[in-house]
Amino acid sequence: MPRETCDPSTPALEASGVKKYYRGAAASLFRSGPVIKAVDGVDLVLPRGATVGLVGESGCGKSTLARVLIRLEEPTEGSIALGGEDFLALRGEALRRSRRRIQMIFQDPYSSLNPRLTVGSTIGEGIRIHRLARGAAVGERVAALLERVGLSAAASSKYPHEFSGGQRQRIGVARALAVEPEVIIADEPVSALDVSIRAQIVNLLGDLQSDFALTYLFIAHDLGIVEHVSDTVAVMYCGKIVELSPAEEIFREPLHPYTAGLIASAPAADPSGRGGRAAIPGDVPSPANVPPGCAFHPRCPRVMDVCRAVPPELVRRGAHRQVRCWLYPAGD
Amino acid sequence: MTGTGRVARRVLRMPAAAAGCAMLAAVVAGALLAGAVAPAPHDAIDLDAALRAPSFAHPFGTDPFGRDVFARVLHGARVSLGVGFLARTISLVLGLVLGAVAGYFGGRLDSIVMRLADITFAYPTLLLLIAIIAVVSPGIVSLFVTLGVVGWASVARLVRAQVLSVKEREFVQAARAAGAGHAALIVRHILPACLAPVLVVYTMGLGMTIMAEASLSFLGLGVQPPHPSWGGMVSSGIVFMRTAPWLTIFPGLALTVTVCALNLVGDGLRDALAPRLAAVDRSR
Repeated sequence: MPRETCDPSTPALEASGVKKYYRGAAASLFRSGPVIKAVDGVDLVLPRGATVGLVGESGCGKSTLARVLIRLEEPTEGSIALGGEDFLALRGEALRRSRRRIQMIFQDPYSSLNPRLTVGSTIGEGIRIHRLARGAAVGERVAALLERVGLSAAASSKYPHEFSGGQRQRIGVARALAVEPEVIIADEPVSALDVSIRAQIVNLLGDLQSDFALTYLFIAHDLGIVEHVSDTVAVMYCGKIVELSPAEEIFREPLHPYTAGLIASAPAADPSGRGGRAAIPGDVPSPANVPPGCAFHPRCPRVMDVCRAVPPELVRRGAHRQVRCWLYPAGD
Repeated sequence: MTGTGRVARRVLRMPAAAAGCAMLAAVVAGALLAGAVAPAPHDAIDLDAALRAPSFAHPFGTDPFGRDVFARVLHGARVSLGVGFLARTISLVLGLVLGAVAGYFGGRLDSIVMRLADITFAYPTLLLLIAIIAVVSPGIVSLFVTLGVVGWASVARLVRAQVLSVKEREFVQAARAAGAGHAALIVRHILPACLAPVLVVYTMGLGMTIMAEASLSFLGLGVQPPHPSWGGMVSSGIVFMRTAPWLTIFPGLALTVTVCALNLVGDGLRDALAPRLAAVDRSR
C-alpha cells in the first residue's frame, strides 16, 4: 500500500500486525512465567473522520490495544502509522511533539484527573507543552475549551473533586481536545458514568467530531452505544479481532457466533423485539492460557471439530466485512 | 493546598499526637530561647559551684566545672534538633531523588539504586555510622552529613514503591499522552502524590536520627566537648552517677521526651493521613 501523507484517503491511523505480549509472573525460580498475549496480531484502519467502535468483554485486550496505539506502551511487534507516518519510529522529542496528534479519553473520570491540579492547569498542560499558546492566551484557550464541552469558564480555577463524574469526563474531553488532535481514542468513556449522563457525553463527542474533523476509536463493552456512534465495528476476543463490519450490518446480521452472543446478551431498548436475553456461557479464558484452535470454541454454540484444532484466519466476507470463524471458510 | 490545614487539625484532635506536639513545641522553644531562659550561660565555668544539686539558682544542678546543666541541656537541644533536621533533610533529598529515579525509570538504574539501598541496610546502622565517623573526623558537620547519607535508603525505598504505584495511575498516563516530559511527570504529577507517607517516615526517622546522634556523642564520636550535647553530657556525667545523678538524668530525660514527642507526632500524622491515603486508593 503506498503511503502518501497529504492524500485525504490516507487513514488517520493504521495499525498492522500489532502484538503486545507480556511475560507473566514466573512459575518458579527456574521456570519463567507464561507469555500473555494481550494483543495478538491486530490490523485496524481508522479512516479520516470516521468512528470505529471496538467491542469486547473485559480482558480481551482492547484497553491494551488503545495504550499501544497512543504509545503509552510499546508493541511487541507490528506497525502503527499516524496519518501515513510511521508512529513507532519516533523517539524522544519527536515522539513528544507527535503525541498531540493522538489523544485519549480515559475510562475513569476520577483517577484520570490529577487531584492536586486545578482544571485549568490540567487542560492547559498540553497547550503549554506544545506551545499552542503562551501567557494569558493559555487561559483564554482553556476557557473556550471548557465552554465548548459544556462547562463554565470559571471551572478553570477549581479542583477536580468539586465536579461530578459527568462534569469530570467533560474536563477529560477538554484536555484531549486541548492539543488539537487528529485522532481521539475514547477508552470506555461512558462506562463509569450514570446511565442518565452517558447520552450527553456521547452526543458531545459526536458534535465535536463534526466541528473538529476528529477520527475516533470508540472502545466500549456496551453495544448499544457503539451501535449509536460507530461507522465500523470491530469485535475483539482474546487479543484478536474476530469480526469487522459496518455498524448497521453487524447489528442486523452478526456473522461471528461471539458477536451474535454479545448482541443477544445486550439489554435491548425494546425487550419484546429481541426476545429474552441470552448470555454467552462460560467466562473469558485467561490470556495466559488461551484455548487452542479458535479461542472462542469452548463457549461457542456452533463449535465444530476444526475449531478445536486450527485457529481460523480473518477472511473477507462481501465487500466490507471480515470475520474470523470456521463457519465462513476462505474463498466461500 | 487545602488538605494541609485539615490534616493538622486532625492531628491536634488526637490526644497522644497533641501531647507530642506540645512536648515538641516546648523542646523547640527551649532550644530557640536557650540564651534568654537559662539562668547562666552554658559555658560559664564556676569551680566554686561545682556539682551542686538542683536548686532555684540552677534548676538542673551544675556539672564538675560548675556549669549550669539546665543551660547545657537547652543548648544541647539546639544540637540534637539541628543535627536531626539537617540529617533527615539530607536523607529526604537523597531518598526522593534516587527513589523517584529508580521507580520511574526502572530497569538497570532501579536495580543499581536498590542494591545500594540493600547494602546500606545490610550494615547495623550504628556500626556503619561508627565506621564512617572513624574515617572522617568527628564533628558536627561530619555528624549530620553521615547521619543524612546513612538514612537515605529507607526514604528511597518508600519513594520508589510510591512512584511505582502512582506512575501507572491514569492522570499520569494522560499527562504522558499529552506530551509531558520525564521531569514534568515526576515533579508535577508523581511526587506530589507520594509525599504523605514520606512525611510520616521523615518525622518518625527524626527521632531515630536524634537517638543515633546522642549515641555517637555518647561514644565520643559526635559533638565534641566543650560543646554541649545530650549524648556527650550523659557520657561525661556517668562517672558521677551515684553522687550527682542530675548530670545524666536531665539530658537523658530531654532525649526521651524529644524522641517520644517525635514518635507521637509521627503516629498522629500517619493516622491523620490514612483516611486520605485510603480515599486515594479507593478512587484508583
